[in-house]
This record gives sequence, structure tokens and C-alpha cells, in this order.
Amino acid sequence: MVSSYTHPRYAAAVPPELSDGSVRRVPVVIVGGGPVGLAAAGEFARLGRETVLLDEDDTVSTGSRAICWAKRSLEVFDRIGVADRMVDKGVVWKLGRLFHRDREVYNFDLLPEDGHKMPAFINLQQYYVEDYLVDAVTALGKTDMRWKNRAINLEVLRDGAARLTVVTPHGQYAIEAEVVLAADGVRSPIRTSLGLDFEGKVFEDRFLIADVRMKADFPSERWFWFEPPFHSGQSVLLHKQPDDVYRIDFQLGWDADPEHEKKPEVVIPRLKQMLGEGVAFDLEWVSVYTFTCRRMARFRHGPVFFVGDSAHVVSPFGARGGNGGIQDIDDLCWKVDRVLKGETPAALLDTYDDERIPAADENILNSTRSTDFMTPKSQASADFREAALEMAADLPFARRIVNSGRLSMPHTYRVTPLNTSDDEVWAGGPAPGAPALDAPVLAKSAPWLLNHLGHRLVALHFTEHASAVEPFAIDGVETVVVARQGQASRATTLIDPDGTVFRRYAAHDGTVYLIRPDQHVAARFGTASMAAVERARDRALGLVHDQQPRRAAGA
Amino acid sequence: MADLITEPNLADVDGFYERLIAAHAGLDDDASRQLNAKLILLLANHIGDNAILDTALKLARRARDGSD
Repeated sequence: MVSSYTHPRYAAAVPPELSDGSVRRVPVVIVGGGPVGLAAAGEFARLGRETVLLDEDDTVSTGSRAICWAKRSLEVFDRIGVADRMVDKGVVWKLGRLFHRDREVYNFDLLPEDGHKMPAFINLQQYYVEDYLVDAVTALGKTDMRWKNRAINLEVLRDGAARLTVVTPHGQYAIEAEVVLAADGVRSPIRTSLGLDFEGKVFEDRFLIADVRMKADFPSERWFWFEPPFHSGQSVLLHKQPDDVYRIDFQLGWDADPEHEKKPEVVIPRLKQMLGEGVAFDLEWVSVYTFTCRRMARFRHGPVFFVGDSAHVVSPFGARGGNGGIQDIDDLCWKVDRVLKGETPAALLDTYDDERIPAADENILNSTRSTDFMTPKSQASADFREAALEMAADLPFARRIVNSGRLSMPHTYRVTPLNTSDDEVWAGGPAPGAPALDAPVLAKSAPWLLNHLGHRLVALHFTEHASAVEPFAIDGVETVVVARQGQASRATTLIDPDGTVFRRYAAHDGTVYLIRPDQHVAARFGTASMAAVERARDRALGLVHDQQPRRAAGA
Repeated sequence: MADLITEPNLADVDGFYERLIAAHAGLDDDASRQLNAKLILLLANHIGDNAILDTALKLARRARDGSD
């Protein structure tokens, strides 16, 4: 195997606990320096919060592993400050092409709409994502990065904090934390030490992943084959990555022997059948995986929050693993920060389960359905698949039935105590619980709406003319004005000259959206009063729990 | 092509497909074919328009190269 990438080695310092023998208590420990753990460290740093990050290794991921990063993840990465670098390096794609046997059946465009800062998807090897996140987190200077620190045990103390046992090359030590983020992967030692496990299905199918380095002229698209001539009766996926690396997934079937299938002398002939004898390539990484769609019953256990693969796993068609994990920390970090600051009751932390369990279930449902389509379990299922694929070339309805993976979309938190329900009918726009939509703006700083949201509560106040509005002055909420006309004379005034923001938010003069620190909509008002926004603020922060609008006392 | 809808027309098509496949769970091939036959008759009766049904018959019969 050859690699186009040189792994950095990060310095593993002697932890202070080992030099002075003390047991420290810190607010937040993150276990695991994968994309999810590192993104959490970056998000906390952007919120101004120091964390300790423990990683068992001293470098980034071996093998490219997660490669597809969805628009919503890129928007979170942009809040942390690494998205530009990722997009620059990554392969931007939005077209999927689907083949059945020897013919192309149809293709689909994932982001038919312009005017978003981030593309629908990029492909970028996990090691680059981690590498860039380490650089960003280091530059932010808020994270105590402890490489070669392996957390082997966690116990919950009587006062509700967690005590971790950590093994390093220099010896073993203990550290205590108010909150632990377990981002320690699918085989999570933290989960095991708490005696917890996954629930759900393991599918009887196996896939081979091969990352291949070659000079080829495949376009920047997702290509999926059902029953191609070069891999009889099975499915194959092809994706382009940077550095002339291609990801190819071969369905193998349940009977396949993983150890045998991984051998280069078995993999190389498979690839030659697909690519043709004349194509020179190098194997960069090979792995065999089994489909699973499982999650923990709950993601919060006292001071411990499971994020990413430690909490839930899906089959990879749909890019819902890595992206789901990024959305976990998007949801969690601001809540942890607020509660640790003492600004809101600890009950806000329970809404992590309220919001991310339905999100995980949505990912598992979509992933399960894709898996079932790819691996029919009955003759009837195989017949319907064949029928849909045959008709898909000519009949548009059949294209919607064909399922080669439903690609990761951000979850809308429809049922959460933090939402304030609409009190009128809306003609469009993001509903409470949905992520805010991006759009181009004229501003003193960044020319994209989403860059003006996040990390704090924002009241997005729509008005015809920038000078015609007196922005709401609400404690704990920053008002950002969106005006059709006028000058962006203040940092918090955005101009929407072609009306894209108004249109995407179904807004008119006087509309207000209350946007959470994770850029999800908490509430919206066609015509807002300050009192209504204040009540929505209290609900979004978990200060009140009623779902019915109520009068503010004394207002 | 009369008025047979061939554009996507079914909300949550993935959910329907899942239930369709689940309806066949545990059936042998004969029972499975019978289920499909009943399903077609039920839906044809519900559609109740011979022009539409004739178009559907023609499209379903059409070979994959597009010829009739």
C-alpha cells in the first residue's frame, strides 16, 4: 500500500497529573480525536470554552474512512473556521449518476439552487479533515490536546461528575470532569466501561472498500451501479477524492470471508475487471465492513454524552455517519457551555437526547431502507427493485423509488421543548427546529447570512429599509437586521438587494426569526413583539418548558 | 399516454416501498405472486379508468430498450 499523504506526528507531552501526582477536575473532557471529537473541541473553543482532549494516538486517521462531507457539516466546520480549507482541498460534487447493468439509468443534482456559501457535498479524506481541525484547534488555543492518552475507564462519582482513568506512555493517571463527550468511536471504551451497548440491526451483507490512486478521468460525481457487468449481481459505488484517489465500494455478500477479500491478490483482480487491464493504479487503503444500523437507547448518561459513532452507527450509503456525528456536537456544545456557565438549568442537557435521538433514528431509517434496496431479502423485493430500475430510465416516478443511498440532510428538530410553535400559517421558510438557510448578503464583513448567525442567540429582524427599523434590544439576544434597501452601516445590518433572504425565509417587513447558537430556528413571528421574542428566548434556553404560548408575567 | 401520472406523485415513497416489501415477508413465491396479483386488481378497481389502465399496461409491458 502507498499513501499520497504524510501523517503528522503530534508531540505527546507528559500530562501535569503525572508530574505532580494531582487529580484535577476540569469542566469538559473530550475523549477521542476523530472528526467529531476535534470538531467539538473547535466549537467549544469558538464559544470561548477550554477543554481537555484525550486521543489514544499521536496522529490522524489511518486510511481515508469518512470521505463525504455534507453541506450542513461544512456550515458547522465554517463556524469553527476550517471549511474554506476543506472546500479548497476537497472534491466538490453535486451530481449522482446511477447505472443498472450496462446502461446509465438517470442522474440527479443534489443542490439545484445557487446562493449558498457551501456546496452540497465535498469528498475529502478523513485524515485531511482531522489534520485541518487539529491546526484550527491549536491556533484557537483553548484545547489541552493530550496525544497518546488512552481513556480506559470512566466512573460517575457521587457528586455527578465523571472520573476518567487514562493510560499514557509515561504512566497512568486520573482526571475528573463535569462533562465528558465520548467521541471514542464505534467500539467506545467509555460505553463499555459504563456497561452500555447498542440496540438494533446487523445486516447480513459485507462490502469491500478500496481506495485507489490512479490517473483517470472520472468526473467529480457519485457513480453507483446495480449489477454491473464487472461485478456480477452486486452493487458498486465510485467516488472521487483529492490527490487522484478514488473510493470504490464493492458489495461482497454475507458469505464473503473478510480476511481473504482484503488481500491485494484478491482486490487487484476485482479492480482490473472494473477499470480495465490497461489502467495503472496503486492501492492506498483496503477494508471490509458489515452493514449495521444501531444506536444506544440514550446518548446522555449523567455527565457523559455519547457523540458520533460511539452513540449510533449506520451503513455508509448516504454519508450519514460522519455527518450525523458533526450534527451531534453542533447540537450539544452550546448547551453544555450554557449550563456550565450557570446560565441555564442542567435540564437543557436532556434536550440533547430529545433532539439527537430522533435525528439518529431518521439516519438509521434511511440507511436501513437503502440497505434493504441494495440487498433484497426476498424474491418479491428483488422483483420490485428490478421493475423500478427498468422503468427509471423513462419514467420519472420510478427514479424516486430507486434507492442507492439517501444522502445526508440535516435533521429538523420538530418535537423539542426548545421550539416555540408557529402561531400562523407560513408559506415557506425554515420551520422551528430546522437549520437556518444560507443566502448571499451585503455586509461589512462576510457576504453570507450564516456567517452572521451562530454561537449566540440571534433575532433575525426583516425590514424594508435599514434605517426604518429600531432593532429589538433583548437581553441575551443579538438582533441582526436584514433589509431590502439601505446601507450595511453596522456590523449587525445585512442588505438583501435581490430579495433572496426574504424569499428563503418567506419574510416580510417586521418578520423575526429567533436563531439558536447552533443556527437552528427556535421560533419565528410574521410580526413580532419584543415580549413574544423574549418568551421564545426563554423556551429556547430551556428556562421554561410549556409548549403553549403564555403571557410574560407583569408584561 | 392519457392521464397516467408518471411523474413522482407519492408522498414518502420510501415509506410505501418499505411497507410493500414488508407485506411480502414470510410468504413463499406463490403466495407472494398472489399478493401482487390481488394488489393490482385492488388498485385497478380504485383507479376505475380504463384509459389510464391501458396506458399502464402498455408501459409495464414495454421492453427495457423502449420499444413496444
